[in-house]
Amino acid sequence: MQVDQLYQEIILDHYKHPHGRGLRDADDPAASVAEAHHVNPTCGDEVTVRVATDGAVLHDVSYDGYGCSISQASASVLHELLAGRPAAEAFAVHAAFVEFMSGRGEVTPDEEVLGDGVAFAGVARYPARVKCALLPWMAFKDAAARAGVDTSPTEVQG
Amino acid sequence: MTTIAIPPGMPQYGDVPSYDVAAVRADFPILDRKVNGHPLVYLDSANTSHKPRQVLDALREHYEWRNANVSRSVHTLGTEATEAYEGARAKVAAFINAPSPDEVVFTKNSTEAINIVAYAFSNASLRPDADPRFRLGPGDEVVISEMEHHSNIVPWQLLCERTGATLRWFPVTDHGRLDESGLTDLVNERTKIVSLVHMSNILGTVNATSRITQRVREVGALLLLDCSQSVPHMPMDVVDYDPDFIVFTGHKMCAPSGIGVLWGRTELLAAMPPVLGGGSMIETVAMSGSTFAPPPTRFEAGTPPIAEAVALGAAVDYLSGVGMRAIQWHEKQLTAYALDALATVPGLRIFGPNVPVGRGGTISFALGDIHPHDVGQVLDSLGVQVRVGHHCARPVCTRFGVPATTRASFYLYTTTEEIDALVAGLEQVRKVFA
Repeated sequence: MQVDQLYQEIILDHYKHPHGRGLRDADDPAASVAEAHHVNPTCGDEVTVRVATDGAVLHDVSYDGYGCSISQASASVLHELLAGRPAAEAFAVHAAFVEFMSGRGEVTPDEEVLGDGVAFAGVARYPARVKCALLPWMAFKDAAARAGVDTSPTEVQG
Repeated sequence: MTTIAIPPGMPQYGDVPSYDVAAVRADFPILDRKVNGHPLVYLDSANTSHKPRQVLDALREHYEWRNANVSRSVHTLGTEATEAYEGARAKVAAFINAPSPDEVVFTKNSTEAINIVAYAFSNASLRPDADPRFRLGPGDEVVISEMEHHSNIVPWQLLCERTGATLRWFPVTDHGRLDESGLTDLVNERTKIVSLVHMSNILGTVNATSRITQRVREVGALLLLDCSQSVPHMPMDVVDYDPDFIVFTGHKMCAPSGIGVLWGRTELLAAMPPVLGGGSMIETVAMSGSTFAPPPTRFEAGTPPIAEAVALGAAVDYLSGVGMRAIQWHEKQLTAYALDALATVPGLRIFGPNVPVGRGGTISFALGDIHPHDVGQVLDSLGVQVRVGHHCARPVCTRFGVPATTRASFYLYTTTEEIDALVAGLEQVRKVFA
């Protein structure tokens, strides 16, 4: 496999110019805020994801961390896809991304659902890198659960 | 590399034994394969080495001709298998100049070998009649260093938790050398064991051990050297180095995985309580209690990795045939070449000694702020296999303020052309992440 299938322009762009990076306080003091810190023990990558929510809508999904281009670009895409969305929709996207990444390149992604996340198609074919891509998504799921969000997915309205 | 003329009458470069690297490479079938359309450039021998045909043949021959369990059968196959297994023990003993084959305990790997010593301390600490050198309690100290592999950190942390002893460590200097400035304070009358890496798996540093050995003797402590990265790459003489224990692993020295070695002085092994209980390690067993075999069998409970041990014997024969002094010199030349070549790469920072003295052929580096995972992935696409990550030596990464490094490591079959391929690959990495 050629390396540029793994390092798509979209991934490198998110890596070099991350969207929504930095842990933020909630605008609404009544919001439930929680975070989760996940590490990849094989490479030392770390990410903290913070969720601010009223239980129904994820007002913000902010993050910070350091690691490889795949993990950091994935955090940027996570923020872009999920911040500001209804929780149920967010978890449907989450489920789709996890399925996509776990599919060893056999799962055809829906760009309507996954947006820039489809650029990770090459990553799904590298088992050693799938956990890099999933690191922020797993931290997000923990953070949302801690913030009191029901994490079961429903259908996304595309 | 600068060449300095050596005055006549002194040992000359030409006096150092050498070998034909191309002929050695022909013994390793895997070196012919391609990776991602490129010739394999394997620079990860500190992780695991490749196996020559001679070792693979020994493994196959054992299973095809004399497969049987050892130390318990009167039949011909059992006798031949036992002779092969014990023959391998004798070969390994000779390879490290051990006074007796009975000082060689076969283990699964270095990790298990270190754990046997740590658990012998643990078990002795529970028995008032045990040898006092192995009894640990509050106030006693265990000394390691900041440049250890996790396998020489965690067993001692766990031992100290169980016994109440205190774990202390040598720091590492900015140049990646062991900081011995606090030696007399660090190794003192309370110290029971110093367990130190001989060659760092991440920095490449080869530690000079004589001052530490001397201090350990002064205070009556024990010394274990983790030789996982040194025994495969340089001559080892346990009489000359004078430690109490050394550990190393077969898979890093042309043997299969699943076989390692704990070497210990006869009288120390004899003073150690058993660790794993089971078949083979006993003298007699009654329902009311058991007595135990002398070393090395005392520490080899259950059916051991027989064919792997035999193959380790074949690996030792292979390495001795090439010559450990010659292998050491080959790697020294490669290291000098690589340090010079890597210095030409913009933004590259080496962790560890940047001169080919007191170090082996394992070089860790950072390439600007490009993450090692990304460096390794692009190199892989060009067939260049390096290790990226914390190399099971996370405290070293923390010491140098990085989460991970990229590491290239060499062995007897490595060539300067492969180092050129690494340097060219790093240019490609810089282009992708420019």
